[in-house]
Amino acid sequence: MHELPQQLANGLALGALYGLIAIGYTMVYGIVQLINFAHGEIFMIGGFGALTAYTALPTGTSLLIAIPVMIVGGALASVAVATAAERFAYRPLRSAPRLAPLITAIGLSIALQQLVWQFYPDAKKAVSFPEFKGEAFKITDSLSIQRADLFVLILAPLCMLALGIFVQKSRSGRAMQATAQDPDTAKLMGINTDRIIVMAFAIGAAFAAVAAVAYGLDKGQINFEMGFILGLKAFTAAVLGGIGNIYGAMVGGVVLGLAEALSIAYIEDIPGMSQLGGGAWSNVWAFVLLIVVLLVRPQGLLGERVADRA
Amino acid sequence: MTALLEVKDLKVAYGKIEAVKGISFEVNEGEIVCLVGTNGAGKTTTLRTLSGLLKPVGGTVTFDGKPLAQVPAHKIVSLGLAHSPEGRHIFPRLTIAENLQLGAFLRTDKEGIEKDVERAYEMFPILGERRKQAAGTLSGGEQQMLAMGRALMSRPKLLMLDEPSMGLSPLMMQKIMATIAELKATGTTILLVEQNAQAALSLADQAHVMEIGKIVLSGSGQELLHNEDVRKAYLGED
Repeated sequence: MHELPQQLANGLALGALYGLIAIGYTMVYGIVQLINFAHGEIFMIGGFGALTAYTALPTGTSLLIAIPVMIVGGALASVAVATAAERFAYRPLRSAPRLAPLITAIGLSIALQQLVWQFYPDAKKAVSFPEFKGEAFKITDSLSIQRADLFVLILAPLCMLALGIFVQKSRSGRAMQATAQDPDTAKLMGINTDRIIVMAFAIGAAFAAVAAVAYGLDKGQINFEMGFILGLKAFTAAVLGGIGNIYGAMVGGVVLGLAEALSIAYIEDIPGMSQLGGGAWSNVWAFVLLIVVLLVRPQGLLGERVADRA
Repeated sequence: MTALLEVKDLKVAYGKIEAVKGISFEVNEGEIVCLVGTNGAGKTTTLRTLSGLLKPVGGTVTFDGKPLAQVPAHKIVSLGLAHSPEGRHIFPRLTIAENLQLGAFLRTDKEGIEKDVERAYEMFPILGERRKQAAGTLSGGEQQMLAMGRALMSRPKLLMLDEPSMGLSPLMMQKIMATIAELKATGTTILLVEQNAQAALSLADQAHVMEIGKIVLSGSGQELLHNEDVRKAYLGED
């Protein structure tokens, strides 16, 4: 039960999930300095969009065909809601004091939960999601990886790689970096910063939809509240890695996921701490880790000290 | 002949506080026009309004025959108006080469852009030596060179330079001023805001002295350079 490789694999899969969601927090923060607390709900909406797409498929469709359809359906839903939120909730508050959009985000988060609860068929309790069934992949006697975990372990690095190339190499990516570093000057270069901001929200939402599909395939169900704690964890991951830094989001996610998995497995073995281990305490240890990192390295693991503005 | 830039009764306000209280001036092709004045006179506000970062509350701006008032900031540069902002505002975490490339963001002629990047390196050799370096690591003077080079990358009809000598060593200041003189010699039209009035006025064809949001004195650079009030107020003579 406590074999280290297995715990590391579990932690990595959990961390990849956190990282995918954390991208959304970090990209939006990097460009408009807004903590989009509704991002957890964008993730949740991605899950329901994916489920809707799945329901529209003929019964008996193989999961290998269904999964891409679900990702597209989920991303369409989450991107639509995220960009609408940007346009109608956040953009009018762009020059308001920081607190105003933050409160808006919290309100939006509650509103989105309630809308799904009220209007999505049977969503007042957990609804079942196609589960990625089948044998786990046995790598050694003591290490096997669930299919759903494998899905996120493959997709998360691919998404990350694609995003890295986009930001570093493409014209829009360069414009995104410029907007993050100095929005007014970016405008002077001819960059339509409003479009770049929408793009940041959209990319974050699409990544959250991928995460939601991974989450649903793993748990076999989704619910209207699932964005709350996962959003909080992913936000923690983004801060842990250094908010504003896209690689930091992934690193923070992985560190957080590993810490959780290891705390579940090993804390109770420490003499005198047998009461503080197991799954019930994993959230506590996750946030303890956050506090420690913030004390020792407030800018996060990969964050930069902001001192380079003239 | 009509002017390249025509500013008429321009008014700009921050909330209820009027920072520019109705100024008018023109910039003709090939000229250097200089705005001098103390801090808070409204010079930077004027430039930021011309490039669309601030919206005027009154007056008109005509550039190259087109009204500018309703044009959003990101479309101004495509009309041929480039702005090197006060405080340089280079993109610190991008390289020098990337900063220059961004200056040509809306251009699509790859070869022409490459050529202009090389030209910027010729104009400022230090930038060429450090092209792969993050711009935030440059000294103040080097950052100023980069900001000017970046603004030129759009091949502007009018280059606006806001306080290019601010915070620079006397030697670096001389170098920047010499570059502006060179640009003028090649026919670049420049709207220059400077606190270093001596250097700026000796370069300027036309100059305007601003005080608390108004133009209080106008004339050729030489006229103002020898004007007694100007000498007292800005050139440190008793």
